[in-house]
Amino acid sequence: MKPFDNGCIATNSSRGVATSSAKPTTSVPSSIATKMKIDRSPVKQIAKKPALTNGHVVNHNHNNHVIKPKTKVDLQRVEVKRREQRKRAGESFEECTLWDAFCTYLCYAVLVLVGYVNDLVRPRTATEQNRDGYVPLYASFESFYTRHVYRRVRDCWNMPVGSVPGKYITLLERESKDYGWTFNMTGKKVHCINLGSYNYLGFAENHGTCAEAAIKAVREQGVGTCSPRKELGNAHHLDELDQLVARFVGSEAAITCAMGFATNSMNIPAILNKGCLVLSDEKNHASIILGLRLSRATIRVFKHNNMRSLEKRLREGIVNGQPRTHLPWEKIFIVIEGVYSMEGSVVRLPEILALKRKYGAYVYLDEAHSIGAMGPNGRGVIDYWGCNPKDVDVLMGTFTKSFGSAGGYIAGSKELITLLRRGSHAHAYGTAMSPPVAQQILTSMKMIMGEDGTDEGVKKIRQLARNSRYFRQKLKQAGFIVYGNDDSPVIPVALYMPTKIAYVVREMIKRGVATVGVGFPATPLVEGRTRFCISASHTKEMLDHALGAMCEIGQQITIRCSRLPIRKEEILYDDSENEDVE
Amino acid sequence: MLNAVLAFIYQNLIEAPSYHLYLEAFLALWLFWLIRQRKKAEKKKRLTQEEEQLIINAWQPKPLVDEEVTNMESYDNGGIWGPITGRPGKTVEIDGEKYLNVATHNYLGLLDSQELDDAAEQCIRRYGVGSCGPRGFYGTVDVHIELEEKIARFLNLEETALYSYGFAAVASAIPSYAKAGDIIFADEQVSYPIQRGLAASRSSIIYFKHNSWENLQEELEKQRETDKKNAKKAKTIRRFCVVEGIYTKSGTMCPLKEVTDLCKQYKVRLFVDESISFGVLGRTGRGLTEHLDVDRKDIDFISGSLEHSCASFGGFIVGPSYVVDHQRISGLGYCFSASLPPLLAGSGIKALEIIEQSPEIIQDVQDKCVYMHQTFMNKLTFFRVTSHELSPLKFLSLVGSKVLAYDVIKDLIEQVIIHVKEHHKIALVQPYYLESEHELPLPSIRVSINRLLTYKEIDSIAAAIEDVSNSINLYDSVISNIPTQFEETKADMIKSYEAYLKWKQQNNGITGKEALEQDEVFEPLEIAEDSAPKKIADLHSRN
Repeated sequence: MKPFDNGCIATNSSRGVATSSAKPTTSVPSSIATKMKIDRSPVKQIAKKPALTNGHVVNHNHNNHVIKPKTKVDLQRVEVKRREQRKRAGESFEECTLWDAFCTYLCYAVLVLVGYVNDLVRPRTATEQNRDGYVPLYASFESFYTRHVYRRVRDCWNMPVGSVPGKYITLLERESKDYGWTFNMTGKKVHCINLGSYNYLGFAENHGTCAEAAIKAVREQGVGTCSPRKELGNAHHLDELDQLVARFVGSEAAITCAMGFATNSMNIPAILNKGCLVLSDEKNHASIILGLRLSRATIRVFKHNNMRSLEKRLREGIVNGQPRTHLPWEKIFIVIEGVYSMEGSVVRLPEILALKRKYGAYVYLDEAHSIGAMGPNGRGVIDYWGCNPKDVDVLMGTFTKSFGSAGGYIAGSKELITLLRRGSHAHAYGTAMSPPVAQQILTSMKMIMGEDGTDEGVKKIRQLARNSRYFRQKLKQAGFIVYGNDDSPVIPVALYMPTKIAYVVREMIKRGVATVGVGFPATPLVEGRTRFCISASHTKEMLDHALGAMCEIGQQITIRCSRLPIRKEEILYDDSENEDVE
Repeated sequence: MLNAVLAFIYQNLIEAPSYHLYLEAFLALWLFWLIRQRKKAEKKKRLTQEEEQLIINAWQPKPLVDEEVTNMESYDNGGIWGPITGRPGKTVEIDGEKYLNVATHNYLGLLDSQELDDAAEQCIRRYGVGSCGPRGFYGTVDVHIELEEKIARFLNLEETALYSYGFAAVASAIPSYAKAGDIIFADEQVSYPIQRGLAASRSSIIYFKHNSWENLQEELEKQRETDKKNAKKAKTIRRFCVVEGIYTKSGTMCPLKEVTDLCKQYKVRLFVDESISFGVLGRTGRGLTEHLDVDRKDIDFISGSLEHSCASFGGFIVGPSYVVDHQRISGLGYCFSASLPPLLAGSGIKALEIIEQSPEIIQDVQDKCVYMHQTFMNKLTFFRVTSHELSPLKFLSLVGSKVLAYDVIKDLIEQVIIHVKEHHKIALVQPYYLESEHELPLPSIRVSINRLLTYKEIDSIAAAIEDVSNSINLYDSVISNIPTQFEETKADMIKSYEAYLKWKQQNNGITGKEALEQDEVFEPLEIAEDSAPKKIADLHSRN
């Protein structure tokens, strides 16, 4: 079984390794698209078609004003070089070996066994008061996992923070005298390098332009709004934000919402209805799944980033029609994310757009982790692949990550946004966005677009790309099992066992690096991992420190067991300003 | 062994009569034929590659948006108001004009408070704006913990889970407990976030009549009867009851005491949403439970919002640790969403401190709620106040709402709002509902209380609505729009209105219209004692 077996990949099956090299097919102008629509034969060659190398000229009108190189030639050379890089960028997902899987299962088995014995000998369960005779509020096995597995590693999550989540983070130390049941603050503070927050572009700052602008907004407009935008919550700065977002992502119009999670869960039901078929990636975020469920559309899941699986589902869907009635579907939506936050993979957008055109489906792209963080201009995966933003029907993203704020947006055609203005749950019932939060987005987005008159934003984007590549390559060289795309700022390292996750997180904090551990139920049982989120504010020294710490831990426990060929030559951290133009 | 078996079979074959063998051979062939036939039929059913292609080519998707597009700008702020400039406090500035703001949920007037701004500024200087992570992954800032502890202490309960959006709190909390197969009893007028939560839970939902605990009891009794038939299954079905303290859609107050008693009696878990009533009701602003003196231990969780009285952002679930702790691993909107920006948590803490330290503002706002209620009752001829007198939201429904067409009422109310805007500089709003609401309420004007309003200003709001109603001849529009099948109601209304005008003339010696213009002739409570059908609004309430 190869969960990440993609459509156009050379698989190295004898070693149980699946790697993929993404080949971007460039986006096709709409006139060709209509022609393609007629020909919907079962195609295997679409993915294998050689990429048009001169495609970079198309669809880049929308971001020409952003980078201001000295000469026009530079821009083109930069583009060509980046495109080459993107083509080279591979995605890797080493499969868990049978031995690792066995060990992980064994680990869980021991934990469960100990749990049972524990329950027998010294039962300690939280019981409800004065609810005798009620049906228990939640199932006993649910609380069993919490009590006996999660409780032992509970200190690795929900750590209280006492500072800005910038390049450094201050954790407030806790201690537990009863093995994780309760925690007490010790009052000590631990300063760590922050590799855990989604602060991709480093806009989470408590001083500087963004913070001052936010404070000014508080002084002028207050903190709350106390009304949905539909009633009396719409303010000038929110209209400005809508327009700026539309300009930023390159679509006709946009609508913003005060909470990122709610952008998905409260807007999807307004777009989809019961007669729609949704093809959803298996690794999609909980908010998307909730939104889809609330929309009552039929949901079919395809394998993660696997085009063959998607096409099969598409054909099946169209041929079979709706269940029971066999009526044709009203609309078919492909719901995907730009960068998958747990996998570190980048969606294969050009291929998805080709499928979309071929079968007449619509694409809903969630750019929560990619907007700002991917692409030469920070416009997300669309920019990264050089696609036309108008080809994607619904563009969604959040402001929590790269912009260091909160909230989310949906962008698309004027018709779509009008539909949402009329029917979005967030627009009608959710309180309008807080002025300082909106201001933070306005300031940081203008910075990324270069509209503040500096090249600060472009520098940040380049720094992030440089940091991500360096850190990932170094980890790979050290023999860690690194998931995902070479260019993505989310870098998961597979650890498999829950004990290893906890050990790595604890030891890294001891060595002054804050990382995130992810285990079951957020991942499959045998795919526990730790995740690094790279930021543009990190320096080479910080990354080296983190790498050193990771290698030290790697020597103590067996986690450096990648079976991929390891690059021998030294990985350089290129900190020259014009590395792309050379 | 094998040899013996084979020998036995051979022996039997030889000894068997020949017709027996023929029959068996025939049966075997028949069976073979049947299986073959079935496979063929199956193959026939399956589509060939070409046929599949045919279907795929023929399929035409509907357009992404199949409705016509109208002016995008007209969808915000009720389609009447332009975007706000500056702070939407007691007064709100729109297009260069200042209006008295009774449209937003700023009950305690904390949005104008400098202290909240100071708290927010301090937080930005310390933590920046965003939290850049969910609660689990370095998104738990110390102000979140402080705010959670504060809310729990304020309501004298064990634990709080803080959500980053008011809508998400109750909408995520319900499905984290109620699953498919469970039963939820809900009031038919619960707010939209609760409805979303109910939908996400996939439990079977039984709506009971609005605020009717008798009806709830009937439903519970019915359920008890069904349970008796299948006692074994009944033991695994969780039962929940969901009500609101003050209903967002109608401003009415829940008879919580009776509901709590029923829930105890039938062993149903009770969730109370106090989004509106938190910070307004009760002697010290602790909500409906304090007002009606209900033991909070009988409620499984109370959900609330910091977006109304507290003039900040976020929602919370507060209750015993056993219940709330479960949120932290299974509340979708809690686990998978970025945490509340620290500056908003900071201003939330400040707002809570203000409420805690100065209970007199609660008393003040309650007095004004009652005064506003009475003023509207006494002064408005064509609108009836349908909300509770202590509710911070006053719903004014047009007379004859029950017999008029939905769009007609909507248009008439919009007319009133536009004229009040132009001539009296007061910002009123019609609450917006989506069509997917469980029970779509009739259009109405919603006036929210603001503690900073003076009694004179409250009078002026009532006078403005009354004045506009007369100047645009609301009465005539209502009467002329009543459909023919309601002739009787129409006649009643005309009669009572004439009686009212007559009464007015007699009492004051001036014409009805003039009487309406002079506010002083209406003394609160005095008119209510009179027995004559003074207003058509009263007539309507009797119907």
